[in-house]
Amino acid sequence: MDVRLSPEQIALRDSAAQAVDKLGPATVAQLDDAERASKLDAAIRAAGWRELRTPSDDGKPWASAVEVAVVAEELGRGLADAAFLGPTLAADLRRRSGAPPTTASETVALVRDLSRLAEADNDADAIAVDALGASSALLLLAGEDGRRVGMVFLENGTTGADLTRQVARPQRGSRATALGGQARPLPADDIARWLSLGLAVTCADLVGSMRGALTLATKYAKERKQYGEAIGSFQAVQHLLADAHVAMEGSRSIALHAAWAVDALPADDALAAGAAAKAYCVRAARLVCETSIQVHGGIGNTWECLAHVFLRRALFSSEVLGGVGANLERVMATRGIGGEYGLR
Amino acid sequence: MDFADSPEEAAFRLRLREWLADNDPGLPPSSTTDEYWAGQAAWHQTLYDAGFFGLSWPTAIGGQGLPSVYDVILDEELIAAAAPPRPSVGYLVRGLLEHGSDDVHRRFLPGLVSGRDRWCQGFSEPDAGSDLASLRTKAVLDGSEYVINGHKVWTSYSDAADWCLVLARTDPDVPKHRGISAFAVPMRQSAITQRPLKMINGITREFGEVIFDGARVDATNMIGEPGEGWRLAMTVVSHEREPGELGYVARYGKLVNDLVDHVKAAPAAFGAEQRRDLAWSIVEAEMLRCHVSRRLSDRLDGIDHGPEGSVDKLLMTEVEQAVGHAAISVGGSAPGGGDDTWLRVYLYSRAQSVMGGTSQIQRNLIANRILELPTK
Repeated sequence: MDVRLSPEQIALRDSAAQAVDKLGPATVAQLDDAERASKLDAAIRAAGWRELRTPSDDGKPWASAVEVAVVAEELGRGLADAAFLGPTLAADLRRRSGAPPTTASETVALVRDLSRLAEADNDADAIAVDALGASSALLLLAGEDGRRVGMVFLENGTTGADLTRQVARPQRGSRATALGGQARPLPADDIARWLSLGLAVTCADLVGSMRGALTLATKYAKERKQYGEAIGSFQAVQHLLADAHVAMEGSRSIALHAAWAVDALPADDALAAGAAAKAYCVRAARLVCETSIQVHGGIGNTWECLAHVFLRRALFSSEVLGGVGANLERVMATRGIGGEYGLR
Repeated sequence: MDFADSPEEAAFRLRLREWLADNDPGLPPSSTTDEYWAGQAAWHQTLYDAGFFGLSWPTAIGGQGLPSVYDVILDEELIAAAAPPRPSVGYLVRGLLEHGSDDVHRRFLPGLVSGRDRWCQGFSEPDAGSDLASLRTKAVLDGSEYVINGHKVWTSYSDAADWCLVLARTDPDVPKHRGISAFAVPMRQSAITQRPLKMINGITREFGEVIFDGARVDATNMIGEPGEGWRLAMTVVSHEREPGELGYVARYGKLVNDLVDHVKAAPAAFGAEQRRDLAWSIVEAEMLRCHVSRRLSDRLDGIDHGPEGSVDKLLMTEVEQAVGHAAISVGGSAPGGGDDTWLRVYLYSRAQSVMGGTSQIQRNLIANRILELPTK
């Protein structure tokens, strides 16, 4: 056991950090800078980070879920307003289905409450996530011999709570069609592993959002003065930030394990690891992001302060593939003490 | 980045698993009943004799000289075997290793590591709790010995201890942090009285207070230099805050597994809220296991004694108290059949945010030393 990042993983983390520090939105106003956002999108494309889960020559993904999580954490920290989660999950699902990779911009469609992958019989309510620039989304199609991966075309994306990522509806009246080239229905274990990847990546994004929100608030607490002192010198403020730091560190540890588990553990164990991590990170992220707003005081409640952008991003990451409720249910199912969702 | 065992680790795990199958003493989890402490010395020596204690400590003091992450394997296998957690003496070992001379290492560490000698820690006093540096116990040189007078409290396991690591003031004329020295004081002498304190969950063999009334200790039993006591205390408490050093991953894993078994034995008796509380305790215990794996991996290239222990302490406290909440939720306050195990687990959990430095002190340390917020 050695859970430290390898030199290659550290280099990957550093290049993701550099890209988002240079091209991500440093202020709320910069969210409207389309030229900047398209440069960030181009940088992510050029780096090949969306293709980490496409098949290499032996059919396995180019990189493990740990590399995906390393990138996701930095993109979350820097509020990257370019697609990553959606294309990554689509590439992984496509690879598992045996269908060839696509050059089109593709994401995945989830059920209405975002807690799991959409199935074609409810695709009227399906929502494609992280859909900026995506023309199509993958979902599941039920068939006599099992579930296959299908595709729907998408309407133009819109922004929801998250100001950095878009959602999109399937085009009205369009039917989901099975991906060509699928040799077989998708085994249940593949669906579980895909879900564990989605949980691990959303956890990593949440850890990134927590780091960003905490750094922002800590900096502000050192600068803002009241009663003639920096507010960060008051224990009341210090303890809020210390608790946020602890929540972030615990999240980091359990999220790291969930990312490793995706490719290393049996499918059900990987899913259990992802579910536990997601429940933990979702609760922590709300605490940390709300703390960031509170430490900013009145400023934290204005649109111009980035604190709410972190909170909004965290709200969305939390809902994608389920928040506390759905994932505690998955945890219960794993341990045989209930769980109405079942493990999947 | 790999949580999986190397071939050597896997072989060790298998050997440990086979040994545990025949050598589980069947004790309850620590701090739940007096039964655990009564059997702990024997358990310590059994683990040690089989080569499964002090895994990451130097072989010269009786450790196994293995990489730090082997402690994770030990904790995981103790959980899987439903065996009791490993004895928590790592923080004393770290303090003596870091600050003691070769002579101190040779004289004291083998007995501490093997479990042959029992130790307690005389730091806190009635008027020196969070403000530990204001302690008033005095040590005065008299020939080749120091004479110690003072009152220590919250001294865990004082009733069974052969030795006490005592902080005492040796120089009243310098600022308070600089006038403190540390000693290994033999407990078996008539000038020392110890009294047990009954905790809120009813156990009496964990907490104690100790009166030193002219107790004598050889000057060669000073650990470190005169005035080094505060730095030694900081080394000790920084590791006393680490679940990896304490072996508490196994403690929580065992408690959670017992709770899960309890619910599965009569599933109809438990509702949604109880299952949810239990699910949170599962998640929390899993978090701590992952966190300790991370921390001990960070030590593969060498140990440090930094402020991260405060983060670990707060995470450990969060887990202990989540498990406590699950225990009272599942066990209830009016258990039938007279078995109040879960009530005792819950009540004990309240101490975790106080002992080893309160949660409030940990937050101060994190704010100042990690977040680098200004001090007033």
